[in-house]
Amino acid sequence: MGRERARYWKARWPVVHPRLDADSVLQQVIALDATVTGLEKQSYWRAVYRRYGAGLHEHRHFLVAVSGKRIVGFLIGEVRDWEFGSPPCGWVFAIDVMPEARQSGIGAQLLQAVCTLFRREGVRTVRTMLSSDNTLILSFFRSQGMMAGSLIPLEMDLD
Amino acid sequence: MKLQKNTLLALYSVLEFAAEPTRHIAAAAIAEKYGVSQHHLAKVLSELARAGVVESVRGVGGGYRFAGNLRRLTLMDIIRLFEPDGLGTEAEPTPSGTTPVDLALDAVLSEIDQFTRATFGSITLATMLRLMQRQQKSPRPAAAAGA
Repeated sequence: MGRERARYWKARWPVVHPRLDADSVLQQVIALDATVTGLEKQSYWRAVYRRYGAGLHEHRHFLVAVSGKRIVGFLIGEVRDWEFGSPPCGWVFAIDVMPEARQSGIGAQLLQAVCTLFRREGVRTVRTMLSSDNTLILSFFRSQGMMAGSLIPLEMDLD
Repeated sequence: MKLQKNTLLALYSVLEFAAEPTRHIAAAAIAEKYGVSQHHLAKVLSELARAGVVESVRGVGGGYRFAGNLRRLTLMDIIRLFEPDGLGTEAEPTPSGTTPVDLALDAVLSEIDQFTRATFGSITLATMLRLMQRQQKSPRPAAAAGA
């Protein structure tokens, strides 16, 4: 997919697009996620949508990139206050672009869009966290200027 | 961790070529810039050419030029060509024993290694070139020498 076609796709928000109803958005997001991860998570996405997609909550953002009536990418983020002792900052915790639409700037548009919203909301830092072996998405975030931050993720197995 | 001399030379060279992908650069020019012998550099460039990262250009104005994908090739891809057995091979290998101290140290070093690989594996040449541009615009002050 070349850059010419990529210009046709624009990230839009709020999530309810003039030509898309909420259920269509949700089903397409679930399908896109299932394409990428191989798992269909209906109940998870319905809960996420209630929390982030309904447009009822300030500082919570569910952005979609739309081509016609087709969702080709999405991003979910929010401003979190004093989490881990950190001053309010923007968190991006989900991003996906349809495999055949990648490398055409859609992910970058979505990230820029949410960063614009975060700036308007007064935060000056954006964070994300992902698996260290997810080099594709790690590379994407780094290509957008993200670097290792001041937080270190820790975990342990519970017996 | 420490990269081997050849690995560093490969990274310098690849970034020189990647900064101007259509331009042929003579090996002698890179050797002079980084203060290494042409003979030494030739071995590194030959390995990069064998891997398809650069290609040699014959004739007047010949040399090498970039032949890879800037947005896909990562620092780890280059490092792996020269350090196939793992990172930090210039340092003394850590003895892998069976005492509790050895095992605990292995776990800590493995954690460091995991993050090192994730970092090198997620920085593409395109990202590296942007980082370099940013450094040129606002270079960080050099670390103070001594304690």
